[in-house]
Amino acid sequence: MTTGSKAGRRVEWMLTLPSLLWLVVLFVIPTVLVLAISFRPPTPSGGVGDGWTLQTVLALRNPSYPVIVWRTLRLSAETALICLFFGLPVAYLMARSSDRAKRVLLLLVIVPFWTSFLIRIFAWKVLLHPEGVMKQAFAWAGLVAPDASLMYNEGAVLLVLVYTYLPFAILPLYAAAERFDFGLVDAAMDLGCHKFRALLNVFIPGISRGLATALVVVFVPALGSYVIPDIVGGPGGEMLGNKIAQRVFVDRNLPHASALSSLLTVAVVVPMLAGLALRRHRVRPGGVK
Amino acid sequence: MGTDTGQGFLRFEGVSKAFDGVKAVDGVTLSVRKGEIFSLLGPSGCGKTTLLRICAGLETPDAGRVLLDGRDITELPPHERPVNTVFQNYALFPHLSLWENIAFGLRVKGLPRQRIRDEVDAMLGLIQMTDQAHKKPAQISGGQKQRVAIARALVNRPQVLLLDEPLAALDLKLRQKMLVELDDIHDEVGLTFLYVTHDQGEAMGLSDRIAVMNNGVVEQVGTPGEIYETPGNSFTAAFIGDTNFFEGVVKGAAGDGYSVVGVDGFPCEVVCFNDRPRKAGDQVHLSIRPERFVVSLQPAEAGPLHNQVEGIVEEMIYLGAQTRYRILAGAHRLSVLRQHSRFLLDEKPPSWKDRVWVRWHADDGYMLERFRDSDRGLLPLSEQA
Repeated sequence: MTTGSKAGRRVEWMLTLPSLLWLVVLFVIPTVLVLAISFRPPTPSGGVGDGWTLQTVLALRNPSYPVIVWRTLRLSAETALICLFFGLPVAYLMARSSDRAKRVLLLLVIVPFWTSFLIRIFAWKVLLHPEGVMKQAFAWAGLVAPDASLMYNEGAVLLVLVYTYLPFAILPLYAAAERFDFGLVDAAMDLGCHKFRALLNVFIPGISRGLATALVVVFVPALGSYVIPDIVGGPGGEMLGNKIAQRVFVDRNLPHASALSSLLTVAVVVPMLAGLALRRHRVRPGGVK
Repeated sequence: MGTDTGQGFLRFEGVSKAFDGVKAVDGVTLSVRKGEIFSLLGPSGCGKTTLLRICAGLETPDAGRVLLDGRDITELPPHERPVNTVFQNYALFPHLSLWENIAFGLRVKGLPRQRIRDEVDAMLGLIQMTDQAHKKPAQISGGQKQRVAIARALVNRPQVLLLDEPLAALDLKLRQKMLVELDDIHDEVGLTFLYVTHDQGEAMGLSDRIAVMNNGVVEQVGTPGEIYETPGNSFTAAFIGDTNFFEGVVKGAAGDGYSVVGVDGFPCEVVCFNDRPRKAGDQVHLSIRPERFVVSLQPAEAGPLHNQVEGIVEEMIYLGAQTRYRILAGAHRLSVLRQHSRFLLDEKPPSWKDRVWVRWHADDGYMLERFRDSDRGLLPLSEQA
């Protein structure tokens, strides 16, 4: 019995090993390296010098950084919330559709991925451009002033972020909604809820895992955005990713870029670990409010 | 408002509902009296659950009206109806504790906290689960879930409690136990129950009256006894219990209320009770329940109202309390059920290949109002020799 379970455990290890190796070699080691480089001095040629220093980490106190860190966190959070807001009804609709309609809707959600990400972002640039279709149409309809700019601001970054990440939010929400027992909504209505209240009280808690997944899947990649703010953001829409790129490509200061990058990692990982720990101990209150 | 003017407390009037062009419920008119347990009984797909959901407001009928206590509730949304449902899979909210599940309806209504607490605690007492109130639905057994589902509905004091196959997910022993509990709860709270089931045993045991449904229409309404003893048509006869069908022609009268019927495939004519006048030449269909036959190895002295045919035992199945025989008599294979009233060591029971005599009284056969050949398919023994 014990030998059998030992053998079983060995098989488990062997099955897990490739993915574990992958994670360690391509994720853990690089992260540690990046963190380590943050404490190295830069060399004038753009390399990493010998010895240890706190110089670059202290340079993070530059007053321009808190603004950008805050903007990065805020834009990412807004993106995640807006994606949830629009993704939820779509996921609900998809889950309630006939099998045929489901396939078509799912295809529509995935279709944008068949066009290169860069091309899609540049397409937005065309739309938002002062001479672009969207800008012209809005100006004609009187929604914006003729000389206003739809581009090179935070709003443009948020718009394109939401556009980019919406499918990533819809897919986990749909997966959760698909497994949800809609008989529970009937039961809630039977017990006196309006349809909307029934959805709020029963459907939303029922797909909470999907909601959490969608939030993380949008929020975390959005934090690392670089291309989107670079193309449609302008100076007013810069995110931390742009600063990191500047340190690498313009200043050729790898330790500084590493320090910024580590800052972002710490800013995300620490609250997430805390949240996980909290969730493990929390007794969920739930219930009808 | 007339509470019960003979029109019924809960009334369906010409209710129809189709899904994708297929009629699930087809012009159903039914009256449920106040305080009774009324069952909708039929095979799956007969429209009984659709009718229940129409009553709950979860489906809107294409035609017809639903009246509750004289008030038309057809257009009322589910949350405004004074009815509550016990769903087939219980539909307990998995993210809420049992206590919160039961409190759900009261909280939605916005009752004061103290009142909610009192009522939920009282309900937990009724279902004897006070000590489990904090558990989540996933942590309790099927029978317990069923009780919580009933409590969750009852706590709202509905005028009608709708039960959709509430025992279907339970095993046999538990089902029998819960059936008794349901009956007790009904006696205790005195509500009107509308009970949907495909299980004739449940319906017979629990109901005051039963509506037998098939293909979206009501085949017959009556007390369990009426439905079993005097089935109106071949569907009811075959679906409720087992039976034997015989086609025949009335040959003439045999005294008061009895006819002589020539049955195709029997060597002799049979005498049968008729509840309405028959004249010679009428085509009739007889239904005779397997347990009404008496089998013996010797022919018996036949009275004027007794029928007797000779046959050969083709098959026997020992069932403990009874033995089921399949006897070839004339051109018919009869399904016969023989009750074991005592353990007969000294008397040899009829056995395989034995020549036997099958007797029944004229009152044991029942002439069906309507007969459809398709209902033969419901019989355990459908082919004729």
